[in-house]
Amino acid sequence: MIEVKRLTKQFGHHPVVDNISFTAEKGEILGFLGPNGAGKSTTMRMITGFFPPTSGTVIVGGSDILTQSLAARRKIGYLPENAPVYPDMTVSRYLDFCAEIRGFGGSAKKQRVGETLERCFLAGVRHQAVNTLSKGYKQRVCFAQSILHDPEYLILDEPTDGLDPNQKHEVRLMIREMSATKAIIFSTHILDEVDTVCSRAIIIADGKVVADDTPDGLRRRSASHGSVVLTVTGAATDGMRKRMAALDGVASVSVVETDVERTTLRIFPDDPAVPVADRVIASVNQDGVRIASVFVEQGRLDDVFREITTGTRP
Amino acid sequence: MQSGNFLRNIWIIMKREFAGYFGSPVAYVFIVIFLLLTGFFTFYISSFFEAGQADLKGFFQWHPWLFMFLVPAVAMRLWAEERRLGTIELLLTLPVTVTDVVLGKFLAAWCFIGIALALTFPLVLTTMYLGNPDVGVIICAYLGSFLMAGSFLSVGSMTSALTRSQVVSFILAVVACLFLILAGFGPVTAVLSGWAPMWLVDLVSSTSVLSHFASMARGVLDLRDLIYYLSVMVFMIFVNGVILQNRESA
Repeated sequence: MIEVKRLTKQFGHHPVVDNISFTAEKGEILGFLGPNGAGKSTTMRMITGFFPPTSGTVIVGGSDILTQSLAARRKIGYLPENAPVYPDMTVSRYLDFCAEIRGFGGSAKKQRVGETLERCFLAGVRHQAVNTLSKGYKQRVCFAQSILHDPEYLILDEPTDGLDPNQKHEVRLMIREMSATKAIIFSTHILDEVDTVCSRAIIIADGKVVADDTPDGLRRRSASHGSVVLTVTGAATDGMRKRMAALDGVASVSVVETDVERTTLRIFPDDPAVPVADRVIASVNQDGVRIASVFVEQGRLDDVFREITTGTRP
Repeated sequence: MQSGNFLRNIWIIMKREFAGYFGSPVAYVFIVIFLLLTGFFTFYISSFFEAGQADLKGFFQWHPWLFMFLVPAVAMRLWAEERRLGTIELLLTLPVTVTDVVLGKFLAAWCFIGIALALTFPLVLTTMYLGNPDVGVIICAYLGSFLMAGSFLSVGSMTSALTRSQVVSFILAVVACLFLILAGFGPVTAVLSGWAPMWLVDLVSSTSVLSHFASMARGVLDLRDLIYYLSVMVFMIFVNGVILQNRESA
């Protein structure tokens, strides 16, 4: 388990990370979200022991990063932002170095490096210098370095940044594959990623934790969560809108867009947990218009994200 | 166990650094320039052949001035480059101490300069062919030169940790080395001795690399000179570690 305890970092007088606490258990993939400059990278750098915090500490699998720094660092695999790797080294030389410094020697080293090269699809470029590789490969080399020693805790700072959609997909698959036995914390800007990968998400803004919830839980905070979006043929009529607004359990109805051929309405329920879609559909049938599409909105993470980090309702 | 890890870590870091030198043109450019310059100064400025003496004084006397520029050029990339590339973030989050890393990098660079220095051996062979030089003096002078290079390197390593710009690091190191040289340079001590008490002149010139190098280049192996070089290196490497531990940014 990674326990982040009242972590604070000040640069000058300005707190970049302000009293953050959270935990990440094994088996969990924790998405770390926030606008640029919110303190994501700074928090990760403190978790990995790159900077000392101004106050607070991090316990990594029982070892304090400040007082038992080496023991804590042995349990961590870290992929820093922008995936830095020595440009003049070949891929296999670099991984050899990482394996040696992590205490592997002889055949154990060979096996580790070989397995990791295969796993990260790097076997084909093992003898190439890193500066001859594309961005996607560099990212994978750095990722390989972070999982080489099979760490219990993985800290990944924007692991999919700068990758093409296929590579993003591969990295996400790898992260999910590994999650069973590890606690993984990764930061990202891509909200879809949170949905497809994370079991939990933490949103930070201005150095503070502003939300700590499952992706579904976050979505439920969206103003549009549980609303019914209905598209019918024909122009909107006041009568239809009023009748819907009067339905049991409906709070309000708004017209999203309308023209002569189609009208899209959004129907907000009183309580998102009580479905109103069936009643809405029944009332449309009375009007004699036809339903083009209907769905219940789950809420959108980007709305929630914007709302939480800027304090404005969409 | 602990000290075993310590040496092992230093060795692994040294190996990686070394691979880095020879994996890029830096090493070859440095060695060629160093050899060309020492050759030029020894043969053309000091007139090695015309002097008619079988010693290497004309060779070693240029070392402080050559190292003043060349050693900071090796040292400038030690940390500034790591910071610029961001690789420092991986290096310092590995399960190694700052001491391991600082020493590993320093020793790698020092060995590298040692190799460049050792490659001047044809000059020694030439002198031995031409006459009967005192081999003890030559060995002692090489040792002095190597220790002086180490002192300059420790200064350069420290200034390199201060910045992510190699140029800034280089200039700071050259200025610091210049100071270490000039404190014992004849014209400077002459200016001082005009008005300052003798003990002050001695104190200033005793902080200079030049006075310690001069005696070793003459073949005098004095414990005080060794202590001087080692304390400069230990102090600078210590400051280097403190700077790294207190850095506030990548």
